[in-house]
Amino acid sequence: MSEEEPTVHPYIPNSVPAVREAMLRAIGARSTDDLFDAIPERLRFRGRLEVPGPLRSECELRRHVREILGRNRTCQEYSSFLGAGCYQHAVPAVCDEVAQRSEFLTAYAGEPYDDHGRFQSLFEYASLMGELLDLDVVNVPTYDGYQAAATAIRMAARITGRREVLLSRATNPDKLSKIRDYAKPDLKIELVDFDPQTGELDLDRLRRRVSARTAAVYFENPSYLGVIEPSGEEITRIAHAVGALVVVSVDPISLGVLVPPNHYGADITCGDIQPLGLRMQFGGGQGGFIATRDEERFVREYPSRLFGIVPTSVDGEYGFGDVAYERTSFAEREEGKEFVGTAAALCGITAGVYLSLMGPQGMREIGEGILARAHYAMAKLAEIPGISAPLFRAAHFQEFVVRFPKGTSVRETNQRLLQRGIFGGKDLTREFPELGPSGLYCVSEVHTQAEIERLADLLREAVS
Amino acid sequence: MRNEPRLRRFHQAKWDEPIVFELGSPGERGVLVPEVEPELRAAVGDVLADLPPAMRRREPPRLPEVSQPQVVRHYLRLSQETLGLDLNVDVGQGTCTMKYSPKVNEELARLPEVTELHPLQDEGTVQGILEILFRFEEILKAISGMDRFSLQPGAGSAAIYANASIIRAYHAERGEGEKRDEIITTIFSHPSDAACPKTAGFRITTLYPGPRGYPELDALKRALSERTAGLMITNPEDTGIFNPEIDEFVRLVHEAGGLCSYDQANANGILGITRARETGFDLCHFNLHKTFSTPHGCGGPAVGAVGATDELAPFLPVPLVSFDGRRYSLDYDRPRSIGKVRSFYGVVPAVVKAYAWVVNLGPDGLRKVAETSVLNNNYLMTRVLEIPGFSAPYEPGTHRMEQVRYSLEELAKETGVHSEDVGLRAADFGVHYWTSHHPWVVPEPCTLEPTESFSKADLDEYAAVLRHVASEARTDPDLVRSAPHASTTHRVDPAPLDDPSRWAVTWRAYKRKYARPIR
Amino acid sequence: METPGAKSRERKRLGFVVNPVAGLGGRVGLKGSDGASTQREALARGAIPFAEERARRALERLAGLKGTIDLLTFAGEMGETVARACGFAPHVLGSIRPGETTAEDTKAAAREMERLGVDLFLFAGGDGTARDVCDAVGERIVVLGIPAGVKMHSAAFAVSPVAAGNLACGCLAGRSRLRTAEVMDIDEEGLRRGTVSARLYGYVRVPEDARLLQSLKAPTPVGEAATLAAIAAEVVERMEEGTLYFIGPGTTTRAILARLGLPKTLLGIDAVSQDELVAADADEGQLLELLRDRAAKVIVSPIGGQGHLFGRGNQPISPAVLRAVGKENVLVVATSEKIQSLRGRPLLVDTGDSDLDRELSGYVPVVTGYREEAIYRVSSEGT
Repeated sequence: MSEEEPTVHPYIPNSVPAVREAMLRAIGARSTDDLFDAIPERLRFRGRLEVPGPLRSECELRRHVREILGRNRTCQEYSSFLGAGCYQHAVPAVCDEVAQRSEFLTAYAGEPYDDHGRFQSLFEYASLMGELLDLDVVNVPTYDGYQAAATAIRMAARITGRREVLLSRATNPDKLSKIRDYAKPDLKIELVDFDPQTGELDLDRLRRRVSARTAAVYFENPSYLGVIEPSGEEITRIAHAVGALVVVSVDPISLGVLVPPNHYGADITCGDIQPLGLRMQFGGGQGGFIATRDEERFVREYPSRLFGIVPTSVDGEYGFGDVAYERTSFAEREEGKEFVGTAAALCGITAGVYLSLMGPQGMREIGEGILARAHYAMAKLAEIPGISAPLFRAAHFQEFVVRFPKGTSVRETNQRLLQRGIFGGKDLTREFPELGPSGLYCVSEVHTQAEIERLADLLREAVS
Repeated sequence: MRNEPRLRRFHQAKWDEPIVFELGSPGERGVLVPEVEPELRAAVGDVLADLPPAMRRREPPRLPEVSQPQVVRHYLRLSQETLGLDLNVDVGQGTCTMKYSPKVNEELARLPEVTELHPLQDEGTVQGILEILFRFEEILKAISGMDRFSLQPGAGSAAIYANASIIRAYHAERGEGEKRDEIITTIFSHPSDAACPKTAGFRITTLYPGPRGYPELDALKRALSERTAGLMITNPEDTGIFNPEIDEFVRLVHEAGGLCSYDQANANGILGITRARETGFDLCHFNLHKTFSTPHGCGGPAVGAVGATDELAPFLPVPLVSFDGRRYSLDYDRPRSIGKVRSFYGVVPAVVKAYAWVVNLGPDGLRKVAETSVLNNNYLMTRVLEIPGFSAPYEPGTHRMEQVRYSLEELAKETGVHSEDVGLRAADFGVHYWTSHHPWVVPEPCTLEPTESFSKADLDEYAAVLRHVASEARTDPDLVRSAPHASTTHRVDPAPLDDPSRWAVTWRAYKRKYARPIR
Repeated sequence: METPGAKSRERKRLGFVVNPVAGLGGRVGLKGSDGASTQREALARGAIPFAEERARRALERLAGLKGTIDLLTFAGEMGETVARACGFAPHVLGSIRPGETTAEDTKAAAREMERLGVDLFLFAGGDGTARDVCDAVGERIVVLGIPAGVKMHSAAFAVSPVAAGNLACGCLAGRSRLRTAEVMDIDEEGLRRGTVSARLYGYVRVPEDARLLQSLKAPTPVGEAATLAAIAAEVVERMEEGTLYFIGPGTTTRAILARLGLPKTLLGIDAVSQDELVAADADEGQLLELLRDRAAKVIVSPIGGQGHLFGRGNQPISPAVLRAVGKENVLVVATSEKIQSLRGRPLLVDTGDSDLDRELSGYVPVVTGYREEAIYRVSSEGT
């Protein structure tokens, strides 16, 4: 059909009719239609695809797409206090620069020779994360923090040979949904509640629920509700006493000021690298990490790739390859090591650049600065009558629950803030109704004192 | 008379670049963090002291301390040492559908109207991006004939897993979850078509091909039973061979009570040519970083778009994007959904790029993409099969779709040079080369996929490289077997990678384990 | 020469032997070359021994190791000639009567190689040679066959002389893993008459190409031991109380009995239930006797380089046994590697009962792992 109107396209060099002719001659075919002879007529689609276009020039294309995108309002124009898994941080220009390098952007699956740079930069990402997490093994990134948590939990089940998992209820419900779907074959998920005053994991309940069937105890630090879990060591003691593993999900940007989980005995650490130099992109900038000690029993359970540094045949050369620990044993009821595929490599490279730029001082300063601003925000909001900020009597990092006066519609409050150029904290009414009308507020190093004060002023107006 | 293309005297960038930890010196800073206002600081005091003591990090992480220009230089050198598609005739990465990612699309996806959006913003403030997501879903519906799409899964394998989860949920709802626990796939489908349903708890039955290169109906019939949950299959398969009985496969599986999921990672040769819907599939998936031109990014981020018929749409991951004629919204009211498979809505910038790619080409352009990729592939096959020692197993003399899995068995038998060796020597001429997924059913395999992005001259150059290396295999096999010689490094010693006492996944592990450093 | 057992020895020791009459018959239309009469007939027809040529092509690949390894061989046409032609200065261990090499010469050579502790025993020959080597050394030393026969039924051979040479290089450099390979007993007479029957004769240890296990895209590839354990787990999980299982020979089926904690007869059929060994190395009569009272299933795995499932002539799992068990109660197990080594050729059955062969042919499920099966073709038309 398209042979009738030969159109040359810049992305299709061999759309030039004379070239096509020459190629067909070389093949010995009369037309391109001949080349589809493997497809029987009854399966041939003879219609015209009902897709829009063509917008053949870049000018028209830009105009069209920009017009649609122009209907968005961004966090540059609005002041956003949203978090809940996707965070607004200052992205160094160098991160964008490297992420846009055409070589990194368009490479894929070459060998450790033709793609040496890709291997080295991902090895460096893993190494930098290793220092942040104080662990020796970090994977090439998986899709996001949800996948990292789900896989970490399944790894724990494989390692222990057990089927029950205890999860803190202060987990992002969306992440929980993912974990439930991914754990489905035969893992039993149970939620352990948090203390209503402190928001911290209820250790008594945990003690009662762990058993010899528990594969893992999972919690987040800080939790979904912003609380820093102080009892990591105790939780680990409780879990290890029954032979269960401890899986902790962390926000890497906090690790300049908060201890990494393996310092209190966690066995698998996971999380999302989006805060490390990746723009929010409407939730499209995520990447997941899983890290463990360098023990065979952990290493062989990773479904993700692990890049190792090795010598080459030439003295003094760094080479890389996949650590492919051959499975020499077979566990009972083994379902295999999940799967591996394209995931979030470029996000990992970008996060590596971020950590290289930040260094130890930068990570400490950003953590401290976030703590300071969050504290300030909590203090300012707490001044508002009827508002509890933070709701929980506990330490917080960057997020905290704000409870509004009884009867407040959080939705309406957020609408009012919206009208004044503010994205208010995530409405928790649906997810945690027992907290009363509450929002999850997030403060980072991008917020100024003036912004925080403005938020406080507008909220004061809104609830009065 | 044909002029043989001149081979390049190529050498890859070779910086002998240290690991980033070897750079910088104590005290250097790469970027500075916004300072807290003095008044604010005074108001909050020593926030670190307020932390629970056990949670407070005392020792800073041992990250390198490097100044900004040095960081830039380091990573740009590493990028130079990476052979991205933009730099090479990248037909050697078969099944990856390496095609040009138009720069104008990159520009659009980098707009703040895409990058500076928080996924939880009020819907009224993100109508633009929701519209793009909705419009792209409409596009995929038109291309495949399916009724609804989710753009949430984070690439192909994630999409296959989601489809397996949907199949699982479907049978569970009908009370047949326990009984129907077998998924059928083929050995030439992507390995994830086996690994993902296995992860979802299924037993896997793999069909081996018959003499034509695709499984015979009798093989399928033998696999079907009341335990059949479904079929997960790639077509054309990784050999580039289209199974002409695919609709009969689907019909038989349906008859047995199973569902059929179409892995359309290899869709580049069939856009506008054949569709999932008319073939009878219940589910399908596309890789936006393959057929739809979004960049591969060294291995992600990416999108695996999942499509379903109306009957299965209720199981799709939540939320979907709705449009009521005036407003776009996120539809969470989907009680039968399998839930979430990824954070938020998917890798949205990739959708922006894919959308722009499609509307730029339009329906005839997409058709031309399919025709040209198949034209390019058959032309390259003609050239490659002229090289002594190369063959294309199964039905010689027939056309293939968008890629071919060749065999170098003859060359290997004659010279002792293996397919991987040929690939590593090809790197000395500035190109990639890929053998095959494991397991290697085709011996000494080589899988080439020349998408529509490559010119005839490009294809001639690639074939010339292979021809040259094949002749070297005969005249100087040791040169080939010790390649690469013009790459960034030389052959690695793989032994440490399998040895727990020597593998080093991080720099710190390497420092700990290597008494004698590599350099 | 120093005594064997020097594992810490830096300088590797290669044993090299050529069976000069291997493959003698093939070129002139004779199948196999056992027996002096067949050899004479072949030479009379003008056959030129080409084992020597193939051995040379293999050994050439090791020329680079000349100064760094010790090559041990026998005089003249049993290896010395080829070794010197490839530039080696071999240690010559003994002599034979030229033109009259026998199976005993091969066995004696192999035993000497074992005594001297070679790191690899490289031999050029056919299935007959492989049987002789197997008789002499079993699985005690590492061996590898340079194919010089018509068609290799034993899995102890590389795919080509050049491949054998490369594999040998890798093995001597410590870059190989080892696997157990089946040596087959082919009914040479039957082969000449066009039948395809084969029987498991024994096992040897051969190097396998480590490169096939290094998959750069898939982490944690499964090693042979883990695959066999997975297959065994699947099979054992399917076992039913009260049912008997007649288990054929092979490395894969060996793993099933290992999982049950039972010993496996090396070459024969064992009848087991879920908890006990009911009859070891059973013959047809015993199997038929057992079938009188109990239901039974048959578990077999393809053996040898050609994928034989059932053979004819004095095999315990006879047509009578198969008919009594029922085709639907036959379970085939095999590793993916085994299936791929068939290069698309079907698994072979040749029970001697052509009707039964036809019934057993077609597509069958093959257990390849835990909760994993393949559908593969079985045929009675082997060659």
